[in-house]
Amino acid sequence: MQIFGSPLDVDPILLTLEVASISTVILLLIGTPIAWWLAHMRSRVRIFFEALVSLPLVLPPTVLGFYLIIALNPNGEITQFLRHFGFEGQLTFNKTGLIIGSVIYSLPFTVQPIMAAFEALPGQVVDAARTLRASFFDRFFTVIVPLARQGFIVGAVLTFAHTVGEFGVVLMVGGNIEGQTRTVSIAIFDHVESYEYAAAHSLSLLMLLFSMLVLMLVYALNRSLQIRQD
Amino acid sequence: MKKLSAAVLGTTFLFAASLSAAQADTITVAVAANFTKAAEQIGQAWAKETGNKVRFSFGPTGGLFAQINNGAPFDVFLAADTRRPELLVKAGKATDKFVYAQGTIALYSKTLPVTANHASILKAADFAHLAIANPKSAPYGAAAVAVMQKIGVYPNLQKQKKIVDGESISATFQFVMTGNAQLGFVALSQLVDPASPAKNIGQYWVPPQNDYPPIEQAAVMIKDTKHAATARSFLTYLRSPAATKIIQGYGYAIPKNANTDS
Repeated sequence: MQIFGSPLDVDPILLTLEVASISTVILLLIGTPIAWWLAHMRSRVRIFFEALVSLPLVLPPTVLGFYLIIALNPNGEITQFLRHFGFEGQLTFNKTGLIIGSVIYSLPFTVQPIMAAFEALPGQVVDAARTLRASFFDRFFTVIVPLARQGFIVGAVLTFAHTVGEFGVVLMVGGNIEGQTRTVSIAIFDHVESYEYAAAHSLSLLMLLFSMLVLMLVYALNRSLQIRQD
Repeated sequence: MKKLSAAVLGTTFLFAASLSAAQADTITVAVAANFTKAAEQIGQAWAKETGNKVRFSFGPTGGLFAQINNGAPFDVFLAADTRRPELLVKAGKATDKFVYAQGTIALYSKTLPVTANHASILKAADFAHLAIANPKSAPYGAAAVAVMQKIGVYPNLQKQKKIVDGESISATFQFVMTGNAQLGFVALSQLVDPASPAKNIGQYWVPPQNDYPPIEQAAVMIKDTKHAATARSFLTYLRSPAATKIIQGYGYAIPKNANTDS
């Protein structure tokens, strides 16, 4: 496939989609309990945890990446701890590193929409399910998740899109290794550095169209769900 | 297919004498972003000659340095300065340091006649912005400050807040190339690269080499490497006449002592 007369880099595109998909699944699994916990926290420490979850929004990505490679380095405590359980690999400069970085960096994009959806749940319905003696898991999957689906969809789509577009964290934690950790945004950076503007433009155009499509999808879903709820 | 393997076999045979590792090997080389193009070309030539493969990781020198300190799986590091390779050698993390290229600074403008009138243009300061690389982190920035001090215009330009800092020499070049800064001190390599968007556009002036501290770029082999023989072969090739020619073609100088220093 060619755009602007230069071949499209397939490897970075596949890698980016893979990392974004895995990160989104992981984030839905860990973001949902965090969102539930935050939405039901009544004490004042809640504002502390809310701020903590939102930190990746304000921290410069390269700074976050820098501290991640220090924290996750092969001789660091986290890796050494995992060695006790037979872990032999490395947490940085490979796909694992890209996923860890993406999960931390995109956390607020998963948690915030889901938390907002949990907070908007009609109390009576959840209480009614409880009076019918439905177990927590039963209530959660048959009542709460369907009611909060809008939050889940928006959270998942935003997380995926945000992970696709990240640069600073993956450059640092991944190490921009050709064919291994070079994502689309880093490939664009490399092309610009070597004045390969046609190749940079084609990747950027693809990213632009993709992002536009994703965001339109989010807004369309938001609307159709709102209409149905009204 | 047969022809291809015969060719590969022939090349391998030819270089088996000079290489201890006759089997094809892959090394990962971390390269300062400003050397991207030259590195790719040298890597291709080396791969063709030896049958080995090279994978590149491009990034800012400071970022690559932090990554090496934290276990990045690089075999060779081509930095944009000598400070970071030196620190790695001192920390026992790298070895075989040598200067592989020397950067040349150039005052570039798309609109102003800087080739003949650089001094009067800088003195008049009749422009909105002059771009330089951040002098604290980039050797090209420190060189730009030295050149302006030599001409005697630095205090005035600084007082008038005409100087804008790019976070790297690439960003500095982009400031000037896009016209956001009317002129700037960039790397000569950015202007003479055959693919450069600045080729045949505007004017540049090359200050005398003695007016600023040399912008030396050093290479090292990472000590932890599991591909030491192949990494050495790449570093040896980096000093070969073939590689030197590529490096010079991209606007870098080769320091005289480069082949003796080690």
